[in-house]
Amino acid sequence: MSKQPTARKADPSTTGHSWDGIQEFDNPMPRWWLWTFYLTIIWGVGYTIAYPAWPLITGATPGVLEQSTRADVQSEIDRFASANAPIEAKLDETNLDAIKSDPALADFAAKSGRAVFNTWCAQCHGVGGGGNVGYPTLADNDWLWGGTIDDVYTTVQHGIRNTTDPEARYSQMPAFGTDGLLDKTQIGDVVQYVLEISGQPHDADKAGAGAQVFADNCVACHGEMGTGDRAQGAPNLTDAIWLYGGNEAALTETVTKARFGVMPAWTGRLSEAQIRSVAYYVHGLGGGE
Amino acid sequence: MGILDKHQVLEKNATLLLVGSLLVVTIGGIVEIAPLFYLQNTIEKVDGVRPYTPLELKGRDIYIREGCYTCHSQMIRPMRDEVERYGHYSLAAESMYDHPFQWGSKRTGPDLARVGGRYSDAWHVDHLTNPQAVVPESIMPKYGFLKDRLVDATYIEDRVRTDSLVGVPYTSDMIAASKADFAAQADPNADTTELQARYGAAAFKGGKDVNVANFDNAPGVSEMDALIAYLQVLGTMVDFSTFQPDKSR
Repeated sequence: MSKQPTARKADPSTTGHSWDGIQEFDNPMPRWWLWTFYLTIIWGVGYTIAYPAWPLITGATPGVLEQSTRADVQSEIDRFASANAPIEAKLDETNLDAIKSDPALADFAAKSGRAVFNTWCAQCHGVGGGGNVGYPTLADNDWLWGGTIDDVYTTVQHGIRNTTDPEARYSQMPAFGTDGLLDKTQIGDVVQYVLEISGQPHDADKAGAGAQVFADNCVACHGEMGTGDRAQGAPNLTDAIWLYGGNEAALTETVTKARFGVMPAWTGRLSEAQIRSVAYYVHGLGGGE
Repeated sequence: MGILDKHQVLEKNATLLLVGSLLVVTIGGIVEIAPLFYLQNTIEKVDGVRPYTPLELKGRDIYIREGCYTCHSQMIRPMRDEVERYGHYSLAAESMYDHPFQWGSKRTGPDLARVGGRYSDAWHVDHLTNPQAVVPESIMPKYGFLKDRLVDATYIEDRVRTDSLVGVPYTSDMIAASKADFAAQADPNADTTELQARYGAAAFKGGKDVNVANFDNAPGVSEMDALIAYLQVLGTMVDFSTFQPDKSR
């Protein structure tokens, strides 16, 4: 029933190759393929004329378009910089306190400040300034080094306890336990005292003894009443806000080993306008003074 | 057609075909690769780039061992969005002492080419120990075990010498003092005069002092110390306030 294969009339000629009697038609390449191939060659030649390509003795041919990725990115950055230049110049010369009274400036500072904050600050202080253990909350009104916009500005400029900026805010709590300044009983007592002044359950006898330890060792920075000292970044110990935890275990560790929170300086990494914007943004998060 | 009719000679002779293919690939390779070694502008001269200290080098080995490069690149491309987010675009010279380089192209996490100095040492400890504690949306695994693994510095001198063999300009003095420099960088109470003399501000034109700290705030030199020492130097060597880009790129 099967049909015998019959040779088609328009069979092309063969290549003349024959392996074990098997022959090969000499079909031409599809025209679209062939012309695409030629086009890529022409395109390639054109490309090396237009763009940097051929290596010579000291450099490569620059190409007639003089294209340069570095020049491209610079012009792109300059385009945005020049668009923002007038308002950034205004931001730089406006007194920080006066930003909020200029609606256009305040809007720009708040938006640009948020972008800066989310890029550079949120990894430690949390999105929205929520803070974390060891990284202060910026959305409340409890400030270690001061909460006026000028204080915040200075903190962003120079950072805290870093080694790169000589003007960084600096203070150092002694490691009372590790350095042997207080023995374990004294540390236990002073921790109970701190629990007492912060309104937490405590051992009254120990706290009584701790009051003297506190008076001898802690008041120089934390104040006689334990309310802290912003000039030294010493936290208020009488409220319920704790940077490293306010329970007995955390307080014992703090007194024993001390804490040394570091913040980088942002001058150099951020522009003056960016620092001012982010100071304005942080000041406006809720706790600005 | 002339020469085109002769292709049967190549097709019917396997050895000749191999030799011919090799020739073509060699020419292509020479044209593409050789200029990189002699063209002046492939690696522009910038001040400040120095070989890694022994501790940073160890940290770099840990970075590679833990596969950090599978999620983090170390190359800021010349595009505005990257420059705005990470800082100045990377220069070839900044990774000239990297063997192997860590440029990468996979960014599950952010680029780390300029992570140095961006966070405090304590942040790195917190973040490596439990990334989600500081960055809730992070999917990075926890590397807290690094803090418990103390580094054995027995082979650090050999490690530094190995890099010098592949072209990193460590002096014989640097190699001989590897072990001492390794310990000194992680100890804030150590005498670091010699470490700074070898790697610090005075040792290289445009150089900066080496970060000396007990990075993980725990006794002993742990892998955490080494890794943070490495992370804190990334992208900080070149002073970009005085950098003039070469136009021909």
